[in-house]
Amino acid sequence: MAIFGARRVLWRSFSTISSHPLRVCIVGSGPAGFYTAEKILKTHQGSQVDIIDRLPTPYGLVRSGVAPDHPETKNVINQFSRVAQNGRCSFLGNVALGYSISLVELRELYHVVVLAYGAESDRVVGIPGEDLKGVHSAREFVWWYNGHPYGRNLDPDLKNTDTAVILGQGNVALDVARILLRPTSELAITDIASHALTALEQSSIRKVYLVGRRGPVQAACTAKELREVLGIKDLYIHIKETDLKITPADEEEMKNSRIHRRIYELLSKAATAGPSQPSSGQRELHFVFFRQPDRFLESYDKKGYVSGMHLEKTTLKGIGSGKQIAIGTGQFENLSCGIVLKSIGYKSVPVDDLPFDNQKGVVPNVKGRILSDNSGDPTSIENGLYVCGWLKRGPTGIIATNLYCAEETVASLSEDLELGVLASTTRLPKLGRDGLLQILDNRNVRVVPFSAWERIDKEEKRLGSLRNKPREKLTSWEELLKVAGSE
Amino acid sequence: MLTSRLSRVGFRIVNELSRGGYRCMSRTRFRQGHCGQCQRSPVELLSETRAFFQGAIFQKHHYFSTLGSNNTSGGGDEQKETISVTFVSKDGEEIPIRVPIGTSMLEAAHQNDIELEGACEGSLACSTCHVIVMDMEHYNKLEEPSDEENDMLDLAFGLTETSRLGCQIIARPELDGIRLAIPAATRNFAVDGYVAKPH
Repeated sequence: MAIFGARRVLWRSFSTISSHPLRVCIVGSGPAGFYTAEKILKTHQGSQVDIIDRLPTPYGLVRSGVAPDHPETKNVINQFSRVAQNGRCSFLGNVALGYSISLVELRELYHVVVLAYGAESDRVVGIPGEDLKGVHSAREFVWWYNGHPYGRNLDPDLKNTDTAVILGQGNVALDVARILLRPTSELAITDIASHALTALEQSSIRKVYLVGRRGPVQAACTAKELREVLGIKDLYIHIKETDLKITPADEEEMKNSRIHRRIYELLSKAATAGPSQPSSGQRELHFVFFRQPDRFLESYDKKGYVSGMHLEKTTLKGIGSGKQIAIGTGQFENLSCGIVLKSIGYKSVPVDDLPFDNQKGVVPNVKGRILSDNSGDPTSIENGLYVCGWLKRGPTGIIATNLYCAEETVASLSEDLELGVLASTTRLPKLGRDGLLQILDNRNVRVVPFSAWERIDKEEKRLGSLRNKPREKLTSWEELLKVAGSE
Repeated sequence: MLTSRLSRVGFRIVNELSRGGYRCMSRTRFRQGHCGQCQRSPVELLSETRAFFQGAIFQKHHYFSTLGSNNTSGGGDEQKETISVTFVSKDGEEIPIRVPIGTSMLEAAHQNDIELEGACEGSLACSTCHVIVMDMEHYNKLEEPSDEENDMLDLAFGLTETSRLGCQIIARPELDGIRLAIPAATRNFAVDGYVAKPH
């Protein structure tokens, strides 16, 4: 215990012993970025941490991913603001890696660079018809209703049909279903983007199908979200009772996982509770299990537009270690709809000068230390370069998962510092923030510091108060930069 | 009766001193941070407390009135009952604290600078304040978790049979002496191959 304590003291005062304060740049200001910053600031007392983000607004998916009707989940923003307000930390918004500044330049300016920029793209289904109009990724749809500047032009057509199909049954799929089916009067008092609220108020969508390849035991959503969607007022829920039949392999899976057990129980209860037919005019939510998408169907009347899904029935096959995958049975059926939202997973985007594992969608790493190539050789480490969050682990997990992810990455960093692995860089002073700001100024990049975000925040809250909303998000780059007033 | 009353006053003084920054009194370890006085031994601080305490007996009413703002409950008796709670940190360090009746374990941890995360600030929208109740007797004295708490516990890292959310355990006299371990998540995180990681 005493030795451990001494080591901790050693780590903490490392930066003060060395004559040059440790300068760290974190790329990405979502939970991974902020938890990493918090840990580094706490563990290395002399360190200076800069967090850059290509948006003028911080917080990543906490702002642009968490659904508008889940305000408590966003409370973590308070903790992150306190980190940003730490004297040794600076948030620098509107600074894009690869555009405003390159990775090579950042590594020159800072002793340590941590990539935490998440996943801004999608897994592709990879079947015919995927680029028909009316087929959208759930990620873009979420950006759209959450007022992300890149989502405002999505303009999904919610008026041409009464049926929406969502591929996937994870929490993002449930979020999208809930936003489509919830009474808009309830959405009107959230921070949902106004353009989305207007579209939803005019929407003709009354039926939503959540389609999953496997069964209720394998559904990827979690209990809170499922309970919530099942509890929407005056919503008819349909789950086929035959889909609820479980096999010994299913029982084994449930035995090992509390989450899956409770999800199955919730779905079973929902299948038998409630009426067997919807009442007239009632909105409907259908859980469709054991169906995998074969192709998107094109409309006869409106060429280039989606009119439904061609689905193949599946059966489950065990592949060892308790896992079961879906296998097609050769039987097909059609499901008509006017809009399809693909919610089968996010995917990270690679950056220049960096190895990238395309299959997993991550930067190859060992406990957060980035590797020089895709070979997986754990000895080919890129010194001073680390990764955290979805870019490290793949796009799964909740906000809290990043807490532990950051702990691991920062532990690797601290170990490297202590063992002198980074000595060749740390024995030199680095320009850090001043150097970065100088380069950005030369390039006429309008940096948005935290104080400028606070101006945006205040304005959004003010506009929100005029409409009984917690905030009215500014959704265009011009508006954001104008209010930020950064010079 | 007087002794027990005085010892309650003593505990209050210790509590107040802890809040004011003399945290070393209620810890078995020293910390850096706000406690500038941590260089002094607990014995020195204790004797100082005794002097303060002795002074307080004679200035009883004055003392109570200056600490009066602490009480949120109405009524004549201004003393807030506290229970003893011991947090065991991820490194195994024991941190005994006093928690006022009605305060949640998450609030108590934050008031005493204990590293317990609380991302959603106690609104049952996360699982970061997950604690493990270290003995069955105290665990059984807790009320059953609500569906909402169970939904969040589903997602907690290193879940055990006696896991609860710290924001949902409210201090009551029956829980006096309860010991709560803060799970070492990194261990579970690294080897985690079976727990589903949902969005």
